[in-house]
Amino acid sequence: MTAAFLIEQLLNGVQLGVMLFLMAAGLTLVFGVMGLINLAHGSLYMIGGFFCAWATGATGFFWIGLAAGVAMAALCGAAVEVAVIRRLYKRDHLDQVLATFALILIFSVTMRWVFGPQPLYLNTPPLLSGAVTLPGGAPYPLYRLAIIGVGIAVAAALYVLISRTRLGMRIRAGEADREMIAALGVDIKTLYTLVFSLGAALAGLAGAMVGALQSVQVGMGEPVLILAFVVIVIGGIGSIKGALVGAILVGVVDTLGRAFLPQLFGLVMDPSAATTVGSALASMAIYVLMAVVLAIRPKGLFSLDG
Amino acid sequence: MGRLTREGWVSLALMGSLIVFPVAASALGEPFMVTLATRVAILALAGVGLNLALGLGGMVSFGHAAFFGIGGYAAGILAHHAATFTPVLTWPLEIAGTTSMPMIWLTGAALAGLIALPIGAISLRTSGVYFIMITLAFAQMIYYLAISLPTYGGEDGLPIYLRNGFPGVNTLKPLPFFFICYAALAVMLAAFHILRRSRYGAALQAIRQNPDRVATMGIEPFPIRLTALVLSAMVTAFAGALFADLNRFVSPSMLSWHTSGEILIFVILGGVGRTFGPVAGAGLFILFEFALGGWTEYWQFFLGLILLAVVLYAPGGVMGILAGKPRHG
Repeated sequence: MTAAFLIEQLLNGVQLGVMLFLMAAGLTLVFGVMGLINLAHGSLYMIGGFFCAWATGATGFFWIGLAAGVAMAALCGAAVEVAVIRRLYKRDHLDQVLATFALILIFSVTMRWVFGPQPLYLNTPPLLSGAVTLPGGAPYPLYRLAIIGVGIAVAAALYVLISRTRLGMRIRAGEADREMIAALGVDIKTLYTLVFSLGAALAGLAGAMVGALQSVQVGMGEPVLILAFVVIVIGGIGSIKGALVGAILVGVVDTLGRAFLPQLFGLVMDPSAATTVGSALASMAIYVLMAVVLAIRPKGLFSLDG
Repeated sequence: MGRLTREGWVSLALMGSLIVFPVAASALGEPFMVTLATRVAILALAGVGLNLALGLGGMVSFGHAAFFGIGGYAAGILAHHAATFTPVLTWPLEIAGTTSMPMIWLTGAALAGLIALPIGAISLRTSGVYFIMITLAFAQMIYYLAISLPTYGGEDGLPIYLRNGFPGVNTLKPLPFFFICYAALAVMLAAFHILRRSRYGAALQAIRQNPDRVATMGIEPFPIRLTALVLSAMVTAFAGALFADLNRFVSPSMLSWHTSGEILIFVILGGVGRTFGPVAGAGLFILFEFALGGWTEYWQFFLGLILLAVVLYAPGGVMGILAGKPRHG
């Protein structure tokens, strides 16, 4: 085990964390502002992935694909908010879980119907397909670094949007008191559609970017969705800062666990058993992390109300 | 007792058709239909378990697949050791495998109860969405644990070569096995009914409505909720053990979060907190799956639409439509 390997795995962890942040930011915004728990967020991620892969294949340009993925996710988000989601804001969490579970079924089947059951593949764009040399001397794919860069840029942009713009002010006001800002003449319905669509666009961006790292297929959103929920629960639901910290934490713990636990078990077991046991325990690691965080701070690390 | 209420009639009709259907199907030589009815009975039983926590206690557990799967794995692992003549444990005491259903049920339920105890104790510190998510997280842990057990099939699951036995019953035939499942369901429904009308049930429902008020009256909510969660887990594990025997196979998919979602669906589709709600919900679900699944491979699309319609327009579920509003909270 060398320092270069450690740095590489750390970067992988941060890259996963950044992807999770893109997902978690939308989830936590929607929960914070509208009080909605949205299981169908992973479907918007999947939509981003599918339309990016399809548009890239059709036009030959990754950047057009990326734009198409984000735009379609935002569009589907807005449509589903108007058609279904806005009826759920006043319902309890149970109804929200069930209704958005139903949306997952609908979206998954629709995607399978439109794009077929085979997974789609996407190449990294030529501009980003090279590798850079890490301080330890090991090469690292440029594309993954670019994802980290995009994530940091999105986090910064979100911070500016929420805390420095008029729209952000309204979002924060909507979080605090829905009736009051409606009485002040803000069109709360449109604001909610906008927030939901923004979250959807971020999920679509994550799905579109991940298409070049793994295959695009039906069901790709669900593991990420569960991880994103772990992230926002660890971070404190409703807090963007919590989502960022939680995402990096989960990304790094998960990646390092996967990289090192099998080796660790390899010291006491035969290699194949160590790989199975180690990787499964690595999958459990983040849930253990979450349970520990919640047992100590039942409302997450950065919850707004203690 | 006096005359039956409308809900009573609907419940009677449900339970009646659930037993008439497989008997008729068996007489007509349609064993597949008997299996279908057995599935309904078992899944309804899993729903009865969740209904205890969710309907009476107001605890939205998104992790009941864990208990369902624990029951399933209890059946699979005990039968596996019985088939290979190896002990399950050699230390601290030697435990042999078994193919006796009552032993398996007891083991599965006890194990699920024991595991639900710490899970509940930690989860009940949280509430609302956090509770939903932490129960999901615990279920995921157990899911990955099952995948990491190569001795018991890991990701591929564990077959049960011969369905486990019940004294005096030929469980290998579909109809007798159905009767076992039906009887299990009926007994647990009766237990649910008795529990909800007991002092304990009253306290549990009061805590759902207003925990602070109950606490002010000198009843501590935590132990009551925790007991409900443990009992709920045990009933769902019982169903899981039967389900493993029905399929003669257990796999991590029993523990997946989709299964948790489906058990929730049975309860909500039927009507949260209604004693016979899970029977109606599971029956309708299996009926949809069978009818739509035979018609189009995209049947889940329509299932999604139906679920949406129930949530948006019929929040009381099937029992709400058929039997009207519940007579009391």
